[in-house]
Amino acid sequence: MSTTPIPIATPNRDDGSLRPPTDFQTRRMRLSSARRYAVNHLVTGLAVLSTVLVIVPLVAILGYLIYKGASSLNLAFFTHIPAPVGEPGGGMANAMLGSGIILALASSMGVPVGIAAGVYLAEYGWGTMLGMAVRFTADVLNGIPSIVMGIAAYSLIVMRQMHFSAFSGGVALAIMMVPTITRTTEEMLMTVPHAIREAALGLGVPKWRTVISVSLRTASPGIITGCMLAFARVAGETAPLLFTAFGNQFWSFKLNEPIAALPLQIYVYAISPYDEWHRLAWAGALVLILMIMVSVTLVRIYAGRGVLKGAS
Amino acid sequence: MGVGIDVEHLNAWYGTNHTLQDINLNIPANHATALIGPSGCGKSTFVRCLNRMHETNPIARATGVVKMGEVDIYKDASPVDIRRRVGMVFQRPNPFPTMSIYDNVASGLKLNGFRHKAILDETVERSLKAAALWEEVKDDLKKTSGASLSGGQQQRMCIARALAVDPEVLLMDEPASALDPVSTSKIEDLIFQLKSQYTIVIVTHNMQQAARVAENTGFFLNGKMVEFNSTDKIFTTPSDKRTEDYITGRFG
Amino acid sequence: MSLEREPEPSSPLTAPTLPMDAAPIHAPAIINFVAAAEPVAAEGPPSPIRQYLRARGNGGLADGTFAAVMLVCALSIFAIVLFILTILIARSRLSLSQFGLGFFLRSAWNPVTGDFGALPFIYGTLATSLLALAMAVPLALGVAIFLSELCPERLRSPISFLTELLAAIPSVVYGLWAVFVLVPIMRDQLGPLLVKYLGWTGFFEGANFGVGLLTASIILAIMILPIISSITRDIMLAVPVSQREAVLALGATRWEMIRTGVLRNARIGIVGAVILGLGRALGETMAVTMVIGNHPDISRSLFAPANTLASVIAGEFSEATSSMYISALIEIGLALFLVTIVVNAIARALVWAVTRGAPARVH
Repeated sequence: MSTTPIPIATPNRDDGSLRPPTDFQTRRMRLSSARRYAVNHLVTGLAVLSTVLVIVPLVAILGYLIYKGASSLNLAFFTHIPAPVGEPGGGMANAMLGSGIILALASSMGVPVGIAAGVYLAEYGWGTMLGMAVRFTADVLNGIPSIVMGIAAYSLIVMRQMHFSAFSGGVALAIMMVPTITRTTEEMLMTVPHAIREAALGLGVPKWRTVISVSLRTASPGIITGCMLAFARVAGETAPLLFTAFGNQFWSFKLNEPIAALPLQIYVYAISPYDEWHRLAWAGALVLILMIMVSVTLVRIYAGRGVLKGAS
Repeated sequence: MGVGIDVEHLNAWYGTNHTLQDINLNIPANHATALIGPSGCGKSTFVRCLNRMHETNPIARATGVVKMGEVDIYKDASPVDIRRRVGMVFQRPNPFPTMSIYDNVASGLKLNGFRHKAILDETVERSLKAAALWEEVKDDLKKTSGASLSGGQQQRMCIARALAVDPEVLLMDEPASALDPVSTSKIEDLIFQLKSQYTIVIVTHNMQQAARVAENTGFFLNGKMVEFNSTDKIFTTPSDKRTEDYITGRFG
Repeated sequence: MSLEREPEPSSPLTAPTLPMDAAPIHAPAIINFVAAAEPVAAEGPPSPIRQYLRARGNGGLADGTFAAVMLVCALSIFAIVLFILTILIARSRLSLSQFGLGFFLRSAWNPVTGDFGALPFIYGTLATSLLALAMAVPLALGVAIFLSELCPERLRSPISFLTELLAAIPSVVYGLWAVFVLVPIMRDQLGPLLVKYLGWTGFFEGANFGVGLLTASIILAIMILPIISSITRDIMLAVPVSQREAVLALGATRWEMIRTGVLRNARIGIVGAVILGLGRALGETMAVTMVIGNHPDISRSLFAPANTLASVIAGEFSEATSSMYISALIEIGLALFLVTIVVNAIARALVWAVTRGAPARVH
C-alpha cells in the first residue's frame, strides 16, 4: 500500500483485486456491431440461397433432358432417316450427316481465317491500334445474334441462287466461327513465352518460320481446343440454318441443295404436333448435349481459365 | 574461327529513352570480352545491337556502324543473315518446350531447312560435346524433352544450340546468372575452352566471373562505355575513377 | 573519361589477304559479306553448315507474304461486319423506302395487305429482355459472390464446370425443355398462382395458355444467368487481393469487405456484365420463338402471346412470300444487328476497362 500503484488500463479495485478488462466498446458500438454481423450472415445466406436456386433447377433441367433423351435414343436413331408422318420409328441419321457436312464446310472456311487472324493479333499486331480495333470488333461480333448471320448469308447466297443450300449454311456458320477462333488463338499464342521466340530469332530463323514452328507449335493444344469449342458452339446453332440450309427429310449429299441439320430438325420436330417426332427431338437434344459435354470437359482439361472458359 | 567486331558511334533508343550513347569499341577476334556495369546501364542493349536482336522490339532503333570483319551488319546484310553468324545465349535458358534435346540443338539447322541427317547427327554430337553436355544426355537424345533438364543443363543445351550453327561470334547475356554455382563454374570452364575458336562477348554482373574468363573488359555506365581495356588493367589499375568506384564496390 | 582502344591487333581482320579484297569498292554487298565471313588463316574450307546457311536466303519474301496473308485475314473481321451491314441495308431497301424510320413506331403487321410496322416486336424484345434481366441479375450476382468469396474450395470447380456447361447448351435444347416442361407448369401451376396473388397488378389478365411474355422471359433468364454470373465472377476475381485485405484489416465483416473492397471496384465491370447479358437476351432466338406465342401484339398482360425482333424473323421468314414482307423482315434483322452491336460494344468497353483486356469473353 505504500508503493505508488502502477497506472494500468484497469486499475485494481481498492482491495487490490483485479478488475476485468475495460470494455472499450460503447453500448452503441456493440449494437451496431451486432447488426453488422447480422447483415453479414443475411447476405451470406442470400448468396447461398441464390446459388441453390440457380444450381438446382439447372441441374434438374439437365437431368430431365438426359432422362427424356436417353429413353428415346436407340440404334435406329443413328441409322435411319425420319419415317413418314404418323409412322413410328425412324431416326435422325440424315440430320447428323447433314450437320457434319455443314460443319466441315464451315470449319474449312472459318478455321484457317480465324487462326490466321489470331496469329496476326498475337505476333504482328500486338499493341498496335489496328490490333486493338480488330480485337474489339471480334469481341463485338461474338455477341451478334446468330440469326443475323443467317439473314446475311440468305441475302448473299440464297436470294441470288434462288434455292437453299448446304453451302449457304456453311457460310453462315463460318462467319460465326471466325471471331471466336481469332480470339482463342490469340489468347493461346500469348501464353507462349516471348523468350523462346527470341531463341528462334536469335538463331537466324526468319520470322514466318518462327511463328509456325515455334509459336504455333507450342500453342497448338490450346489452339486446337479453341477450334473445338467454336465447333461445338456452332454445331448447336439453329437460327442461321433456318433459311440457308433449310432442312431436308431425306439423305442429301450435295452442297447445292437444302440439307438437314441436327438442331434444325430438333426445332422442327419440337414444334410439330406428332408425338413420335417429339421423341426424336428429345433424342437429338441428348446427342447435342453429350457433344457439348465432351467438348467442355476437354476444354477444362486442356486450358483452365481465361478465354476458353466463356467461349461456349 | 571468329571475327572481330568494330563498333563506331553506336547509339540506341527504346522509344525516347536514349539507352546507348556513342559507343565506340573494338572487340578482338578469338578472345573473350566481358562487359560489366551496374543494372540498367545498357550492356544487354549493347549486345542485342550486335546481332540486331533489339530490332525485334518495335520501339527500338539504333544508329551507328557495327562491323563484323569487313561487313557493316546494319547496311550490308539482313538481320536473319547476321543472326546466323552471331549466336546468342540468353539470361534464362529458353529451350523449345515441344522439342527433344536433339531437335533443340539441331533447331538452328532444321528450322532453316537443313535435312542432311548424317551431318545433323554429327553436328548435334559435336555441339553437345563442346558444351560439355554430351556425356549427360547422350543416351536418350531424341526422346527426352528439352525442358525436362535441370537449369544448368538447359543453359548448356542452349549454348550447344547456339554453337550448332557454327557461328563466328557468341554473345552471352549473363548466361550463368540464373544458375547455381556448380553450373556456373561449368559454364565458365566452357567459355574458357570456347574462346579460342569463337569471339565471345559476355555480359556479366559478376566481376569475378569477368576476371576469370575474359581477356578484355569494358565497363558500361548509364549508357556510355566508360573504359575498355585488358581485364588485368581494368581490375588492377583502372584509368577512370568511376571504374575504380564500381570495382571496389562503392556503387552498383 | 578515358576511352582506350584495344591496340590494333595483328589479326586476320587487318591482314589484307582476302581474295576479294582487290574487288572494286562497289561490289555487291552480299558478295562482300560472304567473302568477309571467312577469315583467311589456315582454318580450312568453311564447314558445310556455314556454307549452307550463307547460301540460304534470308526469307524476306516469305516473311512479307506471310505477314500480308495474316493481315488480310485479320482485316476479314472488319470485312464481315461491313458485309453484313451493307447486305442487310441493300435487301431492306424496299421496306426502308416504303415505311422509312417510322417502321419502328408503327404497330401494324399485316402480310396480306403489305402493311408492316415493328413496334410490337420492339415491345416484345424489350419486355422479355428487361424482365429476364430483372430475374437473372440478382441471382447471378448472388452466385458470383458465392463462388468468388464464399465457396469452399472443393465445390468451386464442379459448380463452375456446371455453369460453363449450362452456358454451352444450345438455344433449341432450352426451347425444347421450355415447350414440354415450362409451358405446362406455367399453364397449370405457376399461372394460376400468379393470378391468385398478383392478379391485382393487372399484369396477369387474359387467357393463359402457358406461352407468352412471361414464359419467354423465364427461359431467357435461365439462359443468360450463367454468362452474367461467370463474367461477374471474373471481374470480381480481377480485383486485387490487396483491396480486400485493406478493408478486412479495418475490421470489416465479410459482406462489408465484399461490398466496399470488391463490388465498389468492380462496379463498372459488373454493369458491363449485365449489359452483355442484355445483349445476349436481345438476340436470343430459338428458345424464345418456341414459347412466346408468335403473335404481333402489344399487351400489358404477361400471359399474352407476343413476338420479339428475333422471333418474328425466325418464325415468319420461311413463309414470307412477297418482296415487301421479306424486305420488312430483313429490315428488322438490320435493326437487331445495329442494336446488338451498340449494346455489345458498350458492354465490352466497360468490361475491358475493368479487366484491362485480360481474359476475353468469347460468347
